[in-house]
Amino acid sequence: MSVIETESTQLLAAVRQILAAKSLVSDQEIAERIAITDAATPGQGARMVAKAWLDPAYRALLLEDGTKAAEAAGVMMRGMPPLGVLENTEAVHNLVVCTLCSCYPRAVLGYPPFWFKSAGYRARAVRDPRGVIAEWGTVLPETTKIRVVDSTADYRWMVLPMRPAGTEGWDEERLAAVVREGDMIGVTVPTIG
Amino acid sequence: MTQPLPAGTVVRVKLDWPELRGPVHIRTPHYLRGRRGTVVRYLGEFPNPEDIAFNRPPDLLPLYHVSFEPHTLWPSGVSGDEVLVEIYGSWLQLEGA
Amino acid sequence: MTMHDDPAQPVLTTDVSVRAHHDMGGISKYICEPIDTKPHALDAFDREVDALRQLLSAKGLMTVDELRRGIEAIPEGTYHRLTYYQRWMRSITATLLRKGVIAEADLLAVLQPPA
Repeated sequence: MSVIETESTQLLAAVRQILAAKSLVSDQEIAERIAITDAATPGQGARMVAKAWLDPAYRALLLEDGTKAAEAAGVMMRGMPPLGVLENTEAVHNLVVCTLCSCYPRAVLGYPPFWFKSAGYRARAVRDPRGVIAEWGTVLPETTKIRVVDSTADYRWMVLPMRPAGTEGWDEERLAAVVREGDMIGVTVPTIG
Repeated sequence: MTQPLPAGTVVRVKLDWPELRGPVHIRTPHYLRGRRGTVVRYLGEFPNPEDIAFNRPPDLLPLYHVSFEPHTLWPSGVSGDEVLVEIYGSWLQLEGA
Repeated sequence: MTMHDDPAQPVLTTDVSVRAHHDMGGISKYICEPIDTKPHALDAFDREVDALRQLLSAKGLMTVDELRRGIEAIPEGTYHRLTYYQRWMRSITATLLRKGVIAEADLLAVLQPPA
């Protein structure tokens, strides 16, 4: 058996031990990095969506330069891949996938969900998008087209969903609370109540 | 670099299978090889992942967002829908040039 | 190979064996499979592997492209059997060994310490 076929947790422990012994990667660094990564949640993207719903200038920035818009919302984007944002309209609904692996807008949404990384999603989204979003109970009007965005290269993509009816007069915090992770990938749309 | 392809340019993804010639790392999905699409947007210049993956000094390549019609990709593809994919310029040929 | 511009008869390259197994867009095998939409929490192993990869990249020891290449090199059956982060761990180890960042002898010594 080749050494890389060793059981994974043992392999991780061994690799960590060697990297630490060589002063390449320390346990402390790993602990800190876990804490930083855990802190990134879909709430960040939700805030950006709520801002865009309330402020046309921010909306325009978000669609033109997602990276700048994320930074303006307090998200650290230095060293991160460029962020692209696609807006949902009555005419077009966007659905993001990475058929080749699992490229995901982690800087603004946190870890990708299990389903996004699954063989089923990666295979079906680009070929049967309506069937895929139906798994979440999402049904679009017949007149709405679907645009499937396959993240193959350097950009990471998120969706700017449409603001649901019944939210007139809501502030940013209240609006952000209705925006879920799935809304910003396109498997669901925000609803209230 | 020469001028990037303008939005609206009709392109053909090369019908090439480097996978047959040895170990590679390709970011052009199989389902687009040989397919026709339309450039929607120039996304900038980026180092070629095919080289980076093998620790070779990468060329800088133009990256485009290219739109494809699903009925040209799948038997049940819905007309009017769209598949939008980032493709490096090295994989694109001008259609009808 | 014929050109695929006839909408009545597009050739599905999913049926062509040249497709790399990780290149999964549209493949027929998964078209009818339901998607598990439930959240699955990451465990400690997952988080550590994820953090390790980020640090290796930040320190210039391994790129994300090398990670992906290593994952793609996992044989097909094993690829689908391993969990997401188990694939990462296998790729990270293989890449670090290949690049000489860690030595196989050291790894073996840690995994199978002499009696």
